[in-house]
Amino acid sequence: MAASLGADAAGGSSSGEGRASVVHAWVTTVDHKKLGILYVAAGLLFFVVGGIEAIMMRAQLALAANDLLEPQEFNRLFTMHGTTMVFLVGMPIVTGFGNYMIPLMIGARDMAFPRLNAWGFWMFLFGGAVLYMSYFASMGLYGAGTAPDVGWFAYSPLSGKAFSRGNATDYWILGILISGFGSVSGAINMLTTTLTMRCPGMTMSRLPLFVWMMLVVSFLMLLALPVLTGAQVMLLFDRFLGAHFFDTQAGGDAVLWQHFFWFFGHPEVYILMIPGFAYASEIIPVFSRKVIFGYAFMVAATLAIGLVAVGVWAHHMFTVGMGKGLNIWFAVITMLVGVPTGIKLFNWIATMYGGRIQLRMPMVFCIGFLGQFLIAGLTGILLSGAPLNWQLSDSYFVVAHFHYVLIGGLVFTVFAACYYWFPKMTGRMLSEKIGRWHFWLFFIGFHLTFTTMHVQGVLGMPRRIYTYPAERGWEIWNAISSGGAFLQALGVAFFLAAVIAAFRRPADAGPDPWNAWTLEWSTSSPPPPYNFLTLPEVRSRRPLWDLKHPNDPDWEHE
Amino acid sequence: MSQGAAWAVEPIAWSRGRVGMACLIFGESTFFSVFVVAYLFYLGKSATGPQPSDVLEFPWLATACLLSSSLSAALAVAALARAETLRASACLAVTVALGSAFIAATAQEWSGLILGHGLTLGTNLFGTTFYSLVGFHAAHVILGLLMLSLVLALTLAGKVGAEHAERVEMVTWYWHFVDGVWLVVLTTVYVVGV
Repeated sequence: MAASLGADAAGGSSSGEGRASVVHAWVTTVDHKKLGILYVAAGLLFFVVGGIEAIMMRAQLALAANDLLEPQEFNRLFTMHGTTMVFLVGMPIVTGFGNYMIPLMIGARDMAFPRLNAWGFWMFLFGGAVLYMSYFASMGLYGAGTAPDVGWFAYSPLSGKAFSRGNATDYWILGILISGFGSVSGAINMLTTTLTMRCPGMTMSRLPLFVWMMLVVSFLMLLALPVLTGAQVMLLFDRFLGAHFFDTQAGGDAVLWQHFFWFFGHPEVYILMIPGFAYASEIIPVFSRKVIFGYAFMVAATLAIGLVAVGVWAHHMFTVGMGKGLNIWFAVITMLVGVPTGIKLFNWIATMYGGRIQLRMPMVFCIGFLGQFLIAGLTGILLSGAPLNWQLSDSYFVVAHFHYVLIGGLVFTVFAACYYWFPKMTGRMLSEKIGRWHFWLFFIGFHLTFTTMHVQGVLGMPRRIYTYPAERGWEIWNAISSGGAFLQALGVAFFLAAVIAAFRRPADAGPDPWNAWTLEWSTSSPPPPYNFLTLPEVRSRRPLWDLKHPNDPDWEHE
Repeated sequence: MSQGAAWAVEPIAWSRGRVGMACLIFGESTFFSVFVVAYLFYLGKSATGPQPSDVLEFPWLATACLLSSSLSAALAVAALARAETLRASACLAVTVALGSAFIAATAQEWSGLILGHGLTLGTNLFGTTFYSLVGFHAAHVILGLLMLSLVLALTLAGKVGAEHAERVEMVTWYWHFVDGVWLVVLTTVYVVGV
């Protein structure tokens, strides 16, 4: 274990033996920083795969009555796209940044359970591999289907044995179940690290907001993921052992699957989105040169979101006929989410207000996030009204809404986080020049693709259809959507180009390129395996400010 | 004064092991909750027999064995902390024996249900939910038994001493959790359900 850390071949050797030892060092590592990078890199790899799936769907939908893809192939693509983006892109990237940053930010030398940490990463990767094995292996004895085609929420009874023959659905179940074990172990690790391994003086009230928010995310993971695991086990029992959990002919209830799935699925949205808030809460103050506005309110709002997240799941189910009482309950609780989320938006804007704003790439992506997340929130509140939901459910309006959340919200903040922490992870800056191209292509492409989808939805275009007839007034909007998707792909290509370009230049970042305030910037870039030679001692929320301004330290004011 | 000595008070003085085990138990609880909810949701909705009240008997003996095993597990940790390894081994052996008796009682109950009443996982909703819930609990008991047996073997081999008391205590936390789940299962299946 220690030997593998010692074999940290940062320079990279040209000999074959050197390369083998580099691979060995990465595969056997238990260092939270390497695992964090592995998580993020694997997530970005799957992001490209899921993106290609999206591009294929948009190519099919660009024209009315198009026959580029078979209907079955289209079903597989939207299933794999959704499953990939949620479980194999969102989850590993948020876990990866959490892994990398939490110990550094709280002044610890590693996570609480380093080996469990490595286990979690490899379980996640194994789960992803199982899911994608379906393309090659799930023909099985039946010759029915390749990849799963039941949608990312695998509604029963469609996912039952009678309607999903073959083993494609089993690959979906097992792949997600296995990667779920990894996520649960990651959550246990992040919670334990934050609660027990903070350096002297790092009280909960001085915790960086990033760490606070990841604490809530970890809690939600522990709460929600085992519920999905349980439901998936039930589905497996139904499919293999003749159980009747979701078998309507034996009195089973297909709607129960929906309840279980969304009891996981809605907290999952916050598991993915709160890390986006976490990155913004670190980046916006640094590039506004001001402390975060309303630290305590940010913490309280995060806790409130975590709490409310547990009670809103059935707003995904207004159209199944739950009855008036439940509809009203879930509509009202869902609208309540707008309050803590609104507090956060106002606090970020108030942080920027009067600040000396530096429009570097992390900040640019965060500003994009603020506007887009506002729109995402507003359409969310629209959809929480049950009567309007009956009209818009399962239409492209919903697709527009959750892509505004997950791309406009999460992906933009993930890119911000990449630009912000890449120098810390590698010692190299990402090019601002290429970054501008990345941002503008992705930003314009994003709005072309998803702003138009609101219109398609209101015009009645259902989601998940593989084609549509002409003369419905949908053609122009779909054509714009598809064009935007290609612009987004081009933007991501610029991002990858920026990463490659960074490695072709000498390491130039230095320990603290942004003149920031949290503890990770007090180490070298990249940090040594042990993070801190001597454990830091913290007296305020901005320990590096105190260090840089001994005449006017924060702890005199907090 | 401005250093704020009061702020420096650690709100949680637990070790990594304790927090980690508490988190695991929390996650496991939500896993079991799904099966409890499914059991209650499908209560009385089986299309065919047998129904719970026809075939279930309150498992007095199994319950007594499992609940008392928590006591012996706690005594084992207390003994180990005082470096009384022989007493600790004896308490662990009693715990393993009581846990095994619980599993034996479950096996007997299941064989009666399967062979006597023809109730399996696929018979009806009762069979589906009953075997899943009770089965997952029994699987956790077996996992706990394996861990306790390992600790017992290592203690007898002299490899576990007072310095490991906290780690052994974490194993017993898991055991107490399995016990607690049994109380929920017992209430759900044998009290509310019949």
